[in-house]
Amino acid sequence: MRVPLSWLREYVDLPAGETGRDVAARLVRAGLEVETVEQLGADLKGPLVVGEVLSIDELSGFKKPIRHCFVNVGTANGTGEPQEIVCGATNFAVGDKVVVVLPGAVLPGPFPIAARQTYGHTSAGMICSARELGMGDDHNGIIVLESHHEPGTDAVELLQLVDEVLDIAVTPDRGYCLSMRGVAREAAAAYGLPLADPALLDVPPANSYGYPVKVADPAGCDRFVARTVTGVEPSARTPIWMQRRLQKAGIRPISLTVDITNYVMLEVGQPLHAYDRNRVDGPIQVRRAEEGEILTTLDGVKRKLSAEDLLICDNSGPIGLAGVMGGATTEILDPVLDPETGLVTGSTEVIVEAAHFDPIAVARTAKRHKLPSEASKRFERGVDPEAARAAAQRAVDLLVLIAGGTAEAGVTDIAAPHPVRTISIAADLPDRVAGTEYGRETVTRRLQEIGCGVVGADTLEVTPPSWRPDLTDPYDLAEEVIRLEGYDNVPARMPTVPPGRGLSEAQRFHRRVGVALAGAGYVEINAYPFLGEAAFDGLGLDKDDRRRRTVKLVNPLNDEEPALRTTLLPGLLGALRRNIGRGNTDLALFETGTVFLPKDELKVAPRLPVDRRPSDTEIAELNAALPHQPRRVAVALAGERLPSGWWGKGSGAVWADAIEAGRTVAAAAGVELTVRQAQYAPWHPGRCAELLVGDVVVGHAGELHPRVIKALHLPERTSVMELDLDLVFEDGRRVSGPAVSAYPVATQDVALIVDSSVPAAEVEAALREGAGELLEAIRLFDVFTGEQAGEGKKSLAYTLRFRAADRTLTADEATAAREAAVALAGSRTGATLRG
Amino acid sequence: MSAPNKSYDPVEVEALKPEVVEQARDEAFAAFAAAASLEELKQAKVAHTGDRSPLALANREIGALPPHAKAAAGKLIGQARGAVNQALAKRQTELEAERDARVLVEEAVDVTLPYDRVPRGARHPLTTLAERIEDTFVAMGYEVASGPEVEAEWLNFDALNLHQDHPARSMQDTFFVQAPDGSADSGVVMRTQTSPVQIRTMLDRRPPLYAVSPGRVYRTDELDATHTPVFRQVEAIAVDEGITFADLKGTIEALVEKLIGTGLELRWRPSYFPFTEPSAEIDLQCFVCRGASVGNPDRPCRTCSSEGWIELGGCGVVNPRVLVAAGVDPDRYSGFAFGLGLERILMNRHNVADMRDMVEGDVRFTLPFGMEI
Ligand SMILES: [Zn+2]
Repeated sequence: MRVPLSWLREYVDLPAGETGRDVAARLVRAGLEVETVEQLGADLKGPLVVGEVLSIDELSGFKKPIRHCFVNVGTANGTGEPQEIVCGATNFAVGDKVVVVLPGAVLPGPFPIAARQTYGHTSAGMICSARELGMGDDHNGIIVLESHHEPGTDAVELLQLVDEVLDIAVTPDRGYCLSMRGVAREAAAAYGLPLADPALLDVPPANSYGYPVKVADPAGCDRFVARTVTGVEPSARTPIWMQRRLQKAGIRPISLTVDITNYVMLEVGQPLHAYDRNRVDGPIQVRRAEEGEILTTLDGVKRKLSAEDLLICDNSGPIGLAGVMGGATTEILDPVLDPETGLVTGSTEVIVEAAHFDPIAVARTAKRHKLPSEASKRFERGVDPEAARAAAQRAVDLLVLIAGGTAEAGVTDIAAPHPVRTISIAADLPDRVAGTEYGRETVTRRLQEIGCGVVGADTLEVTPPSWRPDLTDPYDLAEEVIRLEGYDNVPARMPTVPPGRGLSEAQRFHRRVGVALAGAGYVEINAYPFLGEAAFDGLGLDKDDRRRRTVKLVNPLNDEEPALRTTLLPGLLGALRRNIGRGNTDLALFETGTVFLPKDELKVAPRLPVDRRPSDTEIAELNAALPHQPRRVAVALAGERLPSGWWGKGSGAVWADAIEAGRTVAAAAGVELTVRQAQYAPWHPGRCAELLVGDVVVGHAGELHPRVIKALHLPERTSVMELDLDLVFEDGRRVSGPAVSAYPVATQDVALIVDSSVPAAEVEAALREGAGELLEAIRLFDVFTGEQAGEGKKSLAYTLRFRAADRTLTADEATAAREAAVALAGSRTGATLRG
Repeated sequence: MSAPNKSYDPVEVEALKPEVVEQARDEAFAAFAAAASLEELKQAKVAHTGDRSPLALANREIGALPPHAKAAAGKLIGQARGAVNQALAKRQTELEAERDARVLVEEAVDVTLPYDRVPRGARHPLTTLAERIEDTFVAMGYEVASGPEVEAEWLNFDALNLHQDHPARSMQDTFFVQAPDGSADSGVVMRTQTSPVQIRTMLDRRPPLYAVSPGRVYRTDELDATHTPVFRQVEAIAVDEGITFADLKGTIEALVEKLIGTGLELRWRPSYFPFTEPSAEIDLQCFVCRGASVGNPDRPCRTCSSEGWIELGGCGVVNPRVLVAAGVDPDRYSGFAFGLGLERILMNRHNVADMRDMVEGDVRFTLPFGMEI
């Protein structure tokens, strides 16, 4: 809602020196979200005056039409002589009253005006368009004023060019603030000043000879006021003051009748609709649509209606979407000037509709037809049903006053009975909610200020005003009191929190994972979870790969990415590529985050009631409709893992780094990770490890498949790891402290030859088991293949460290243990001692 | 060595004359002093203390002396040899120190050489910021709670007093999850706020409840300098007997003091959220310009866009309807809740100008934040 300060002052006698910013600050503290205070005409400087066009000389020989004019500006130019002005616009004639800016003035921009030579003439000023004056940017033509304005009159004042406009974002509970009346009420309360309520009008009582209206759906329309004005003069123009108020409020002036309905809507908050009575066929009816009915709305769009749409109809069928938008067939005609006769034709008989429609019906219709209008915006948030009569009266008055019409005596007013709503509130409820003491008197006064009727003592019986449908329970009322008393005046206090349990083991683990990976040189990223089939194609996943089963969005941001990730890799690789594109080639990235895995059986989440706690079964049903959302971690590496430098050559990131990242995560969990050769997209079939905790596969790591690297334009040997943190985490783990022996160590080396296909992990496991408990540590220190190892073989060289807990080992004991280790490795894996 | 000669007078043995011994001693001193290196000293050592050195030879002559003269000669030689050995050791120490000093000089390196052999990593500042906020609350006794990002509509909206046709429901531009039939009627959305975690917490446990819940939330905004469709909130909720708006104010003030610092004014603007009543938006006085940029085009402030205030988030007293839907008795318990936008806090607390930097994963952005924020 855009609120011109000059207009606001009409209803509240604000202190003279109060600026828009001052008023905004007060309203903000009362809960209105004033987004900006626009300073209209702040950089505007006169002289800017009314001028009368005396002569027009059309200059020829230029690319566009140019007019050399003399304009009477009265004595505003100091001489009283006609002002010579060259003008490029053509929408004015000799005798027209126009707006002239004289040399020395500054137009918004700022754009200083000076006399200058142009097109062979002197141009001492400009004839102005609305846009040049900052009156709205929709109009390029010259402003032609009504003829009664005197040349030389100050146009800054006439056109009300200097003003301040408060732009207020109205929250859904404050529908009444979508009107000057509502904002004025808040301003009055904020300043403690009286309100001149624009809806306090004398309205004749309803009678039986108004325009016939039948409401077939009183639930959808509980109020319908119709008034008729005849003899409306199509040539009558919207007065400048009204145009200007509309413009400042952000509504484009159209024609007088339409402007009046818009003006009244802004003033009292009641959306009005005007019908051309001569185009309405028979009684007006309010009913729901029949499925598939058609209505062409006045924006020219043919709309197929749904059975839920609330309609205004006549004998011909639908003539309007109730509370949303009128139909094209009955709309007020734009005045048309016949150039032959000079006569203006247009609608002369007007039915004014001021109705009250069900907020939900309007909201749904507006949403269904994607037609948010000024009217629907207000009905959705709640319009004062009691303002309908006054609003209609106000429109009638303006049509009579400005458009020369005659009000017909008939007054249609159909009202469904409204029970009086009263709310019982303990007088100390605001105190208990706020945590301070207001006292009953303050509570009563504040509630009265917002228009409530209040009676009672310890318990107050409160009747909220008709424009506050949002006030429905005692807490709503408590909020009003606390807000008007000022949040700043509520004391600050700390609650007494019972001793907490700190972070859970899982939360501590998640933090450790981040710390461990960052400590290992990885940089954390957060990718969006959106992706499409292309991402899976890029990873080379099979058509029936489980990861292609995704949770899909109805309204994705990008139609190419309608799904939620089932793996972190696409996002991570995207970030990798972006960094490389920006010149960082040595990268180690990680992400932790959720993936979204559809359940085998897809279900719809029930819409549960809200007036009680759902049962555990119902909660289980809700959860059953959600996808699995396990927490994953993934890393991606490219370029040099350890950089080269003056110290020598570094080393490139390889498959082993990716696997090691898995071990880093496992170490953060305190569990042991086992590694097994595997084949799994998108990894290189020969360089892919399956990561296990116990028997459970928790993830994969290794080098990407060369095809994937090529498809995704990644650096060669890019390596990645992804694992499931939920599977790695083990709650309640406790490390048992080892007994550290002080006896000397006995170290023995052993070199084994095995088939190339035998995994080192198996050899090591066999050595460990065979060596028995004397083995303290084992380390593989060399691997090689080639002639020395033999065809299809590899050599693995280990250092075995033996130590006993209770004695110094003899060489014989160590040797025996080593031999046992080698023997078991031999029988398990075919390993033989190297010559 | 001469044979024992009982008849000899000591003076008759040339080598044992005191002046000869003294000369030998002095020559040794001179040789040691003249040795410029450990190598030369070694040669001097052999020459003057070795088996063939004058003093060693003289020592052998003692045996040839008559018994009465042996003691005096032995003393004479012994003293001279002692002095020589002492001089040798002294010189040895000197030369070793010289050598050591020289080697250390030779081994000196340029310690300013760059060394990034083991690259450093970093955690994302939004992660560490969330942890910092969690820690503040954990220290107050809160627990950290979490919930799913793809959430039931009932939890994201209905239970929070946002019924099906509530205008606020369309205010939040929601990503809807496809139902099995492809329609939008799955009853499942991407959560638009962390508030459903409030409900889950209340459904899970009985009051008193004090929980903080950071997490990713989703709205259908296009990414630009100040918007992102995926962003983070931190939600806190307290449900207990006698919780009031005053408790909410105190708690937020404590958080702000811990997170941003002291001496900054907070502004409490009445606002509207269906799940709280009363509701407020919290603004923090701009800590860069402290309001001096307002209406002052000569001193514009980028941090607050010359508004003087920075929006921190929304808060309020939990609407009793929400308590009812979550199974908490509103006659006995009350609560407060608030939600803060982490991106906005990061932008302000750390002078981040562009939201896109937080989502693109550029290591140049993240690395300077290191491990802690
Ligand atoms: Zn600032």
